[in-house]
Amino acid sequence: MPPASTRRWSRVARTPLALVAIALLVVVAALAVLGPVLWGADAEAVDTGNILAGPSARHWAGTDNLGRDIAARVLVASRLSVVLALLAVAIAVVVGLLLGTAPFLLGRGRAGRLVTAAVNIAVAFPGMLLALFFAVVFGVGATGAVMAIGLAGAPGFARLVQTLVSGVAARDFVAAARVAGVGRGRILVRHVLPNIAEPLVVNATIGAGTALLSFAGLSFLGLGVQSPSFDWGRLLYDGASALYLNPAAALVPGAAVLLAGLAFNLVGESVAKGLGVEGLGIEGLGVPVGSGRWVLPGRTAAPGPAHAAADAPDPADDVVLGVRDLAVSFRGPSGPVRPVRGVSFDVHRGESVGIVGESGCGKSLTALAVTRLLDDDARLEASRLHLLGTDLRAPQATADRRKLGTELAVVFQDPMTSLNPARRIGAQLAEVATHHQGMTRREAAARAVDRLDAVRIPDPGERARQYPHEFSGGMRQRAMIGMGLMGTPALIVADEPTTALDVTVQRQVLDLLSAVRDSDAVALLLISHDVAVVGEVCDRVLVMYAGRIVEDLPAAELATARHPYTRALVDAVPDMDTDLDEPLATIPGRPVDPADVPAGCAYAARCPLADARCRAQDPALVSDPHAPARRVACWHAGEPLPAERAVDLLVESP
Amino acid sequence: MTELRFADVTVRYGRTTAVDGVSLLVPSGEIVGLVGESGSGKSTLARAAVGLAPLGGGRITMDGEPVPLRGRHRPLQMVFQDPYSSLDPRRTVGDSVAEAMPPGGSRAERRVEVQRLLELVHLDPARADAVPSRLSGGQRQRVALARALAARPRAVIADEITSALDVSVQGAVLNLVRELRRELGLSILFISHNLAVVRYVASRVVVLRGGRVVEQGPTAEVLTEPRHDYTRELLAAVPGRGARRSRT
Ligand SMILES: Nc1ncnc2c1ncn2[C@@H]1O[C@H](COP(=O)(O)OP(=O)(O)OP(=O)(O)O)[C@@H](O)[C@H]1O
Ligand code: SF4
Ligand SMILES: [Mg+2]
Repeated sequence: MPPASTRRWSRVARTPLALVAIALLVVVAALAVLGPVLWGADAEAVDTGNILAGPSARHWAGTDNLGRDIAARVLVASRLSVVLALLAVAIAVVVGLLLGTAPFLLGRGRAGRLVTAAVNIAVAFPGMLLALFFAVVFGVGATGAVMAIGLAGAPGFARLVQTLVSGVAARDFVAAARVAGVGRGRILVRHVLPNIAEPLVVNATIGAGTALLSFAGLSFLGLGVQSPSFDWGRLLYDGASALYLNPAAALVPGAAVLLAGLAFNLVGESVAKGLGVEGLGIEGLGVPVGSGRWVLPGRTAAPGPAHAAADAPDPADDVVLGVRDLAVSFRGPSGPVRPVRGVSFDVHRGESVGIVGESGCGKSLTALAVTRLLDDDARLEASRLHLLGTDLRAPQATADRRKLGTELAVVFQDPMTSLNPARRIGAQLAEVATHHQGMTRREAAARAVDRLDAVRIPDPGERARQYPHEFSGGMRQRAMIGMGLMGTPALIVADEPTTALDVTVQRQVLDLLSAVRDSDAVALLLISHDVAVVGEVCDRVLVMYAGRIVEDLPAAELATARHPYTRALVDAVPDMDTDLDEPLATIPGRPVDPADVPAGCAYAARCPLADARCRAQDPALVSDPHAPARRVACWHAGEPLPAERAVDLLVESP
Repeated sequence: MTELRFADVTVRYGRTTAVDGVSLLVPSGEIVGLVGESGSGKSTLARAAVGLAPLGGGRITMDGEPVPLRGRHRPLQMVFQDPYSSLDPRRTVGDSVAEAMPPGGSRAERRVEVQRLLELVHLDPARADAVPSRLSGGQRQRVALARALAARPRAVIADEITSALDVSVQGAVLNLVRELRRELGLSILFISHNLAVVRYVASRVVVLRGGRVVEQGPTAEVLTEPRHDYTRELLAAVPGRGARRSRT
């Protein structure tokens, strides 16, 4: 097992509840194995002088109608009770797997649909009703009860398996196996089942707890285990008939059922929680590009440490956003991890600034920090973080939050996850205005239509009444921008707003952002991994690497960038004039892992100009003496790159 | 070596027609770029060719023979867009590649073949024992290419294989695609919405819109003298073209 999954399993046993549940389950298992061995004789010993006695020193739970010790009988009954429950679960799992995988194996044809429909109908019946029905069909007795409870549990399992299977089957690795000519049966065994095993095991464990309780129910009705055999349910049944003589005779087996059932259930639940089983246990999906949620800008960020009120209010009052020494850190498995390590920049009124860099370099975290949308587990530090004169490091008064809510607009990559799918677009836009600007509903609704018009959505009145799924991707993104324009924003922060869109729609959204900026002198902070997009839309570009800004330059001067990383990024993107006879430039190696930032310049391992000094000393971001608008962090800024353009451009990344 | 031909291909999902009478040719040993907006039917066409979507009409042939969609011999392979979804997270890289190889051969022989394929896509053969979560996006996409090549295909369909990748690794994958065509003589249908990328790899371009071909021809011709308005629109949309829109 790879270490990653070991770690995931050890996470399961971390909560006290999980530990108790596991301990309880171990006790139940031990009793099931040892009970009949240790107390078998006591349980059968007839004491005719002591029939239906109450609790006493010798029989602490009393005796039954033959004078047998009830406590011993409950302990001995563990084995049969647990074994029967497990058998029933085994039946439920096997039948469930057969029915649940059948649609996948049978394909999209009629047979597959028939199975699905049958399962759906069966699931609709209450489980206990099914169990009673089967119990009658199979006859009274342990075998009948096992079959009944097993079959009654099967539809639920089948449904679960179907859902899980279709989730995995939709993934491309299954399609790839099919294209390679691998049969459906093999795909099921090799690719599908291993990827759904965890949730299945978890649910089977929970099912065992439920089966225990169901057995008690059937036996209690006299449909389950028949004497001379006995399980907890049978003891409960016998005890209940003598309830008034000796309540313990019913209570003790009842408690045993409850505790054991609980043990199974809780273990299952804790494993599910610890492994995050709902996600199908698929690991390594990485950090998604862009963050997918819409939170009204107005939430309080975790305040950084109280830096002495060092900075006086802005000298140049056209600074919309002022950031100094911004750092974001998280608690990591071995010490804090700092994906953003000291970022400083200003955005001026009406200016558009782009942030570019590879995945994971901290672009989104920077955006989230300045919009105060960081997760609660993130720790933010900065010696200055001012938006429109409000210090974002301190918790805001309601009035300030309201003001910011109307002056700051945020657009994320995937507008579908940012919009509430269950509410009409118009209502969602209007909400911003009623919430932040105190408009009446009517005014807000009218403004929403007006804003949709402003972002060039045709038929805005009509469209405002539609739901997000009725909009195309580009229209949703425009609606999000429209939402930002409900107020009178001074700054729009857009994190990969066009990455999910195709070229023509991307063009419309970029045009729209530029138009908004031009007409209202709105500042724009645009985050993208595409230098071409940023270079076209922005006045100024900040290039980030490993949580720092390594170069700050006018977009028009990207072609003459001085940092080796910026130059590599620009060269790596083919454009309509790229030389077709040359291989494309690539950047060897991988971006720096924020948990493991090297000493010296973070780019040194990939840089063709790196020397001993680079590896020892981290270059600071300094202004270019010849062009004060430009800043660069490199000991060899602007030096020519080695002529033979890297080594073999395709050598494997380290 | 092999030409891949789509003749009057139609694909319907329920009542909507996703691909409507498309005819196109991937000449032997060439890369043909297929471009168009999302929803124009690019992926559907690709999926129909490898049997993942139902063919409603027309024929898809390799050297005049229908593309085999049953059995273990699959001379047409496909590489998918998202390298994070196209590799089984529970299986090693070597397993994934070996699975696509034609049956037969000893264990040792198969292992050697896996290593050869990984080297072919410029991955360290020692990576065969790694699980995908240990690899970067670009490395995963190279594994996906190695898996497609394992089936000894004569033609390959690459569906947006660089759009989920960082620009810094996109270049390496594009270089690899060009190299594979040159060295293995593969015929490749290269689907992308990025015209600059298509221009770099493809010798011919097909423009798809609303499930129909609106223009096709040699890349240099189509991209410099587009005949159809829609092609012009696509060209104008390439980032970095036209006037910079920042205020002056
Ligand atoms: N909640 C979190 N806990 C721990 N680490 C995190 C968290 N969120 C982000 N990170 C780490 O911070 C680093 C920077 O993340 P960020 O989302 O800012 O990257 P990005 O530059 O936006 O990348 P992309 O282009 O992929 O969107 C990544 O290495 C990421 O793994
Ligand atoms: S400081 Fe050295 S290693 Fe870093 S980018 Fe400059 S030349 Fe390269
Ligand atoms: Mg991001």
